Amino acid sequence: MTKRPIRFYQVGSFAVGNRLLSDAERTVQSDPQRSNSIDSGHRACQGCGEALGARYALDAAMRAANNQLVAVNATGCLEVFSTPYPETSWRIPWLHSLFGNAPAVATGVAAALRVKGRSDVRVVSQGGDGSTVDIGFGSLSGMFERNDDVLYICYDNEGYMNTGVQRSAATPPAARTATTDVVGPQPGNTFGQGKDLPRIAMAHDIPYVATATVADLHDLEAKVERAMSFRGARYLHVLVPCPLGWGSASNETIHIARLAKECGLFPVFEAEYGTVTAVSKIRRPVPVEEYLKLQKRFAHLFGKNPHPEMVTHLQEIANRNIERYGLLDADESPAARHAEVES
Amino acid sequence: MFQVRIHGRGGQGVVTAAEILSVAAFDEGRQAQAFPSFGSERTGAPVVSYCRIDDREIRTREPVMAPDAVIVQDVTLINQVDLFAGLSPVGYVLINTSRSFEELGLAELFLRFPRPHLVTCPATEIALEHVGRPLPNAALLGAFASLTGQITLDAVKKAITDHFAGAVGERNAAAAAAAFDAVVHQEEELSRADAD
Amino acid sequence: MLTQIEGSRAIAETVALCRPEVVCAYPISPQTHIIEAVGVMVKEGRLAPCEFINVESEFAAMSVALGASAAGARAYTATASQGLLFMMEAVYNAAGLGLPVVMTLANRAIGAPINIWNDHSDAMAVRDSGWIQLFAETNQEAADLHVQAFRLAEELSVPVMVCMDGFILTHAVEGVDLLDQATVDAFLPPYDPRQVLDPANPVSIGAMVGPEAFQEVRYLAHLRQLDALHRIPAIAEEFFGATGRRSGGLVHSYRTEDADTIVVAMGSVLGTIKDAVDIRRDAGERIGVVGITSFRPFPAQAVRAALAGASQVVVLEKAFSIGHGGVLATDISMALQGSGCVVREVVAGLGGRPITRLSLEKLFYKAAQGELEELLFLDLEVDVVERERERMRLERRSGPSAENVLRDLGARSEGPGR
Repeated sequence: MTKRPIRFYQVGSFAVGNRLLSDAERTVQSDPQRSNSIDSGHRACQGCGEALGARYALDAAMRAANNQLVAVNATGCLEVFSTPYPETSWRIPWLHSLFGNAPAVATGVAAALRVKGRSDVRVVSQGGDGSTVDIGFGSLSGMFERNDDVLYICYDNEGYMNTGVQRSAATPPAARTATTDVVGPQPGNTFGQGKDLPRIAMAHDIPYVATATVADLHDLEAKVERAMSFRGARYLHVLVPCPLGWGSASNETIHIARLAKECGLFPVFEAEYGTVTAVSKIRRPVPVEEYLKLQKRFAHLFGKNPHPEMVTHLQEIANRNIERYGLLDADESPAARHAEVES
Repeated sequence: MFQVRIHGRGGQGVVTAAEILSVAAFDEGRQAQAFPSFGSERTGAPVVSYCRIDDREIRTREPVMAPDAVIVQDVTLINQVDLFAGLSPVGYVLINTSRSFEELGLAELFLRFPRPHLVTCPATEIALEHVGRPLPNAALLGAFASLTGQITLDAVKKAITDHFAGAVGERNAAAAAAAFDAVVHQEEELSRADAD
Repeated sequence: MLTQIEGSRAIAETVALCRPEVVCAYPISPQTHIIEAVGVMVKEGRLAPCEFINVESEFAAMSVALGASAAGARAYTATASQGLLFMMEAVYNAAGLGLPVVMTLANRAIGAPINIWNDHSDAMAVRDSGWIQLFAETNQEAADLHVQAFRLAEELSVPVMVCMDGFILTHAVEGVDLLDQATVDAFLPPYDPRQVLDPANPVSIGAMVGPEAFQEVRYLAHLRQLDALHRIPAIAEEFFGATGRRSGGLVHSYRTEDADTIVVAMGSVLGTIKDAVDIRRDAGERIGVVGITSFRPFPAQAVRAALAGASQVVVLEKAFSIGHGGVLATDISMALQGSGCVVREVVAGLGGRPITRLSLEKLFYKAAQGELEELLFLDLEVDVVERERERMRLERRSGPSAENVLRDLGARSEGPGR
């Protein structure tokens, strides 16, 4: 029988304001002096992963930047729910231009600050997966190539949610969206090769690339802080479940994000200058079903007319991620566990 | 107003020739306008450039339809392009060649234009000799100065050295001077032949 | 200092004197020489402090410019034709956000079919965007307009584009009196933004505006352009005081005092028109020309005043609205409503077709005879058009029209026996 290490979760837990932690180890959010960059009163849905992620990311960025920060926002959910006319929930300088140009606009802001001798003021550019992976892809790549001093954060809810849940290049295979409906011989999104933005970002050899989820908010903050310690182009890809678009319960957002990581479909890692430097290993491996079954967008894989072959296909994708990034120790890999069960 | 049209191929410095000509005229206190018949960059394609010289403000922007002088930088354009279209009956023709008008099949020009206004100049050879590259434009400008008297050789040389820095400029200016002399010589021969 | 210089270079030198802080551009004929020259100046340190950014598309160029402007920097870019269309979303965005970006538009035809030569279709495509559009007649005016443009843009918080004919002006070498730094500095103070991204005073810029307020926001933009109708002549007057040169303003008139027929046009063709007007005047015709410098805002009042007394107005323009007619002509007609003046539209020079003085002389003669049709396409090759129409009538699969026309023209130029 293989030995399994027992981990204590109390210190270093996911809890935001853990009283057992020293101040230095607590989250920015637990600090009453946090900047509240995006303040309460915004109009996000109940359980919105993006609102959660943005709040953590921006306050962490503000602290790292000594509160000298400008945010550029692409069109999308975050922009819309944070600035419901005539109000704004932003307490920091904030600019929204267009859907496809947030990286380029941020380049301009950074250039202006530099030319005015205010390089102490840092720039964050942010958008959803639609603006980042599709329509703004060109300008993102341009910003990366020039190594402009911008931290770009992609809040990935795997679809164009604000316009009614349409498919983006980040939508996972098999998922139901309004433009990949569960009809016909191949219900849901096609099984293409995907568009792996974190890897594409790494291919640009920029100083820092990382992925994170809203299940581990300490980790998210730490990655923002790490990103802010670099100058040049940096990219952070955050998985943010969308209860509306994913058809999940609004109180399960964090749980679902954790399952995305733990089943291997969303690898969590860091990279610098094109090479992976750290990986967040899977703690408790789970089959993809556990993750998929909580979301109505995958309901057609199960139930009365199930598609077990699609589930298998998704598991294969997860397995490939696990292998590619080393998300499990050798004896913990699905293959090893399978072998163990057999013996 | 004196209007010049320069014909050549892309890469031969046709556009630069018009520009330098205009600068030379400007340096002598004239008004001058130079522009190319525009196109995408393409070596070898027929190119035309224009230069207008006047003492009054030059307002018109049309291509030179009725030139007072035509410069031909590349004889392979003969029979490909209507090089002498609109040329004034007392216009000048300057052709970059070491052959004669007759050998080029252009003897008919003698019937249309004053003979002393028609000269050839082996500008490519002169350029090779002085500059080491077969770019005839600078030499042709020296020849033009001699032929038409619209600008002085000194102005041409200064405009050339202002445009091309260092030794390259000096050598091109020398080529212009050599071409200037060659035309002077040719005109002398012509008038001697005429007198016979 | 009076210099014999290529138009693009004159623009680059003048823009540099305006102390832009962020310059970004994507190359497109015929603007390339402008941006290259500015780039060299920045790289050599002659233009400093300035960030020169090579962007990956025109859309990025305008986006970078507006981002820089929002952060308080004086921003500049340049484009033409297809590039303008590619950045169109951002062009509207800059105007809507009230960011005083200055842009050179090296007027070039819009495809398809692809055409790199001059006409005004690109400027016309964005005439409703809220940008101020100024048209230069000469390279001197083009250079001078840039100085005035920064001043105007920053005063009003309205972006300004200086339109200059691609190739015809950009690539023409002619005398331009370049200003000196002291004169420009005295005329153009540092950019003092109305709104700026500043951590010390955070603001949100670019929020959604719903039906409750959008109409008002748009109307405010309109009022700013109407303000420009006053500021443009005032700034031009101030410029005259500083330099002794009359550049800019709303409209220029030439020999219109007793004119029966007045030609109206924009841009470099005005030079050729003036030569033709002089010749017709010598022949006894009472003809003059009005050049429109400020196309947007459209100076209806100044136009009416300049054209008062003419019984016939001939609008000659390098653009048209397909299926309708002239663009400038429509604006002029509207301005002349109720005046009793006859307006004739002439579309000329599309895609860089040369407009010759001779053609203009014939046109003006025809106009003087009262024989000008309502809408005329100058120097149109009617037989070529007819041949293509016939081709299309005879055969469904008639092929791409443009290629057919080119083939016809090619066959014609080859002619028999060549």
